[in-house]
Amino acid sequence: MMKLLIICIVTAGLIYPDAKTILGKVDQNMSSKNRVFESMMIINGIRSKRTLTSKTYSEGDKRSFTEFLSPAREQGTKMLKVEGQLWIYSPSTDRTIQISGHLLRQSVMGSDLSYEDMMDDRKLTDVYNAAVTGEEKIGDRNTWVLELKAKVTDAAYESRKIWIDEERYVPLREELFAKSGQLLKRTDLKDVVMTEGRWFPTTIIYKDMLKQGDGTEFRISSIKFNQDIPEYIFTKAALKQ
Amino acid sequence: MIRFLLKGILRDRNRSMLPVIVVIIGVFLTVMLSCWITGIMGDIVDMNANFTTGHVKIMTRTYAKNSDLIPNDLALMNVSELINQLDSKYPSMEWVERIRFGGLIDIAGENGETRAQGPAAGQAFDLLSTGSKELERMNIKKSIVSGRIPDKQGEILISHDFAERFGIGPGDEVTLFSSTMYGSMTFKNFKIAGTVRFGVALLDKGAILIDITDAQQVFDMEDAAGEILGYSKGNRYNDEEAGTIASSFNAGYASDKDEFAPQMVTLRNQNSLASYIDLIDKMSGIMVTVFVLAMSIVLWNTGLLGGLRRYNEFGLRLAMGEEKKHIYKTLIYESVLIGTIGSVVGTVFGLLAAYALQKHGLDFSSAMKNSSMMTPAVFRAVVTPGAFYIGFIPGLFSMVLGNALSGIGIYKRKTAQLFKELEV
Repeated sequence: MMKLLIICIVTAGLIYPDAKTILGKVDQNMSSKNRVFESMMIINGIRSKRTLTSKTYSEGDKRSFTEFLSPAREQGTKMLKVEGQLWIYSPSTDRTIQISGHLLRQSVMGSDLSYEDMMDDRKLTDVYNAAVTGEEKIGDRNTWVLELKAKVTDAAYESRKIWIDEERYVPLREELFAKSGQLLKRTDLKDVVMTEGRWFPTTIIYKDMLKQGDGTEFRISSIKFNQDIPEYIFTKAALKQ
Repeated sequence: MIRFLLKGILRDRNRSMLPVIVVIIGVFLTVMLSCWITGIMGDIVDMNANFTTGHVKIMTRTYAKNSDLIPNDLALMNVSELINQLDSKYPSMEWVERIRFGGLIDIAGENGETRAQGPAAGQAFDLLSTGSKELERMNIKKSIVSGRIPDKQGEILISHDFAERFGIGPGDEVTLFSSTMYGSMTFKNFKIAGTVRFGVALLDKGAILIDITDAQQVFDMEDAAGEILGYSKGNRYNDEEAGTIASSFNAGYASDKDEFAPQMVTLRNQNSLASYIDLIDKMSGIMVTVFVLAMSIVLWNTGLLGGLRRYNEFGLRLAMGEEKKHIYKTLIYESVLIGTIGSVVGTVFGLLAAYALQKHGLDFSSAMKNSSMMTPAVFRAVVTPGAFYIGFIPGLFSMVLGNALSGIGIYKRKTAQLFKELEV
């Protein structure tokens, strides 16, 4: 019996590929030099459902610029992230306000995403140590289950559990945990499409586990990778234009 | 006999001076402290009622559960209809809308970018309507340090300490950055009309006050409010009346399972005020008991000393044939007279001190800097009708009790030994 158990463990170890290799392939799909995308955020609040559309330019994990296109109340609101700093421009007041500290953990537009979620898009391999812990099926897709532990001190989440599509190397589900081990957020990634030679999920459903409501659906309606983004886009001057 | 005893008390100062002084001090302390503690407790309750709790408060059930978080996404909707219903059903009460909110106050530099920024705890109420009692309720006029009360939309009152910290003042523009009822970001430029200091550390740290219509617009809360506060038209909190109204209101929604159904709570059941209210009711009793006990012990001791000093007098009176019972009775009568004199004088001094404390108060602001309680920084007394007689209870009772205990010694004197003692 003992021998059988040892054989099973050894065999299992041989079957699972290296977690770092998996994450590397995920980063190849999910990360790019830059990207420009239009998205729709459907926020299912406890009393109402709201839809916001926006256009985002992002470059690596350092710079991004988002302009909200609708609804009317949000139209023209812009957010600029450069390095670790975030500025928000409000057309109604013609003011640019810098957001910092604990406010970065606040919800963006009442959604289940925090500013930190939006800003922190570093490569997983740069932030976490990973281990493959098993295999599971999500829908009709086989996935590797990876457990990630932060190796840097400024990670937004101390640990994560990720279900990676074994064939396409994109995450299909993610659970994000606090240092205490409490589950903070759950995301389901759907509608994986092949675009510009990479697999990419175009729908992400975020659920803040500490918040009431049915979560936020983030749908990417169009995405382009490695574009020529004008330099001025990532300047504060662009906020007022 | 009373006249005879009174003459004795006045002429023999050794007999009365110490007990009278003890009674005066005790009564003075009873009256003054009772007025002061009642004043402090009353101020705490009134301040909570005026600023946050009302005499009763209506919130949605789910808002009530999380009210510490000021969850405006769970606010009451269709408030004008609800207030109309409340007005007709409970005409003895006045109903007002309030919105509490948190946010950032951002101050622009020369180029319009953030120069300084600080968290602010805001409150929106009816600042602009003619005839609104809210200005008086929030004591705005007396709290203005610089500038004036807002007279149009888009104007804001800001904590004086906050304004000083960021070098802003009346006429300057600040931007409020917060979230709407639906969670969207919201920004609004306000012109500072004035700065205020309430003398409440919790409010003076970073309070901002805006008109309710501004708040409804900024937070996308049209015809919505976080809370509806009810005040008795006599502006006195009556726990029993508030409880009856709350029970009757909540009974109307008992079968409604909606988590957004309105729920009414009384002042007593908010901000841990129940213990304060109970303490106010019991305060006079507690003070009287404490001083009766303390003074009785002192006066008992004083009586014993007096008894020793008057040992020969009692002996002579017994030898002359006066009954022990009669001597004991005159001793009690004497104590009633001394207690009355001491109580009158002590009450006069106590009331004078209480009036001074009512007018000027004692400023504890330096000690309350980091207080998270809704308490006034200046502790004032309040002179209540009860203060005029409360001192007589410990004054008379303790004097009589003290003398009654010490006077028991009279019965221990043996007639057979009297003459022998008197020869000495």
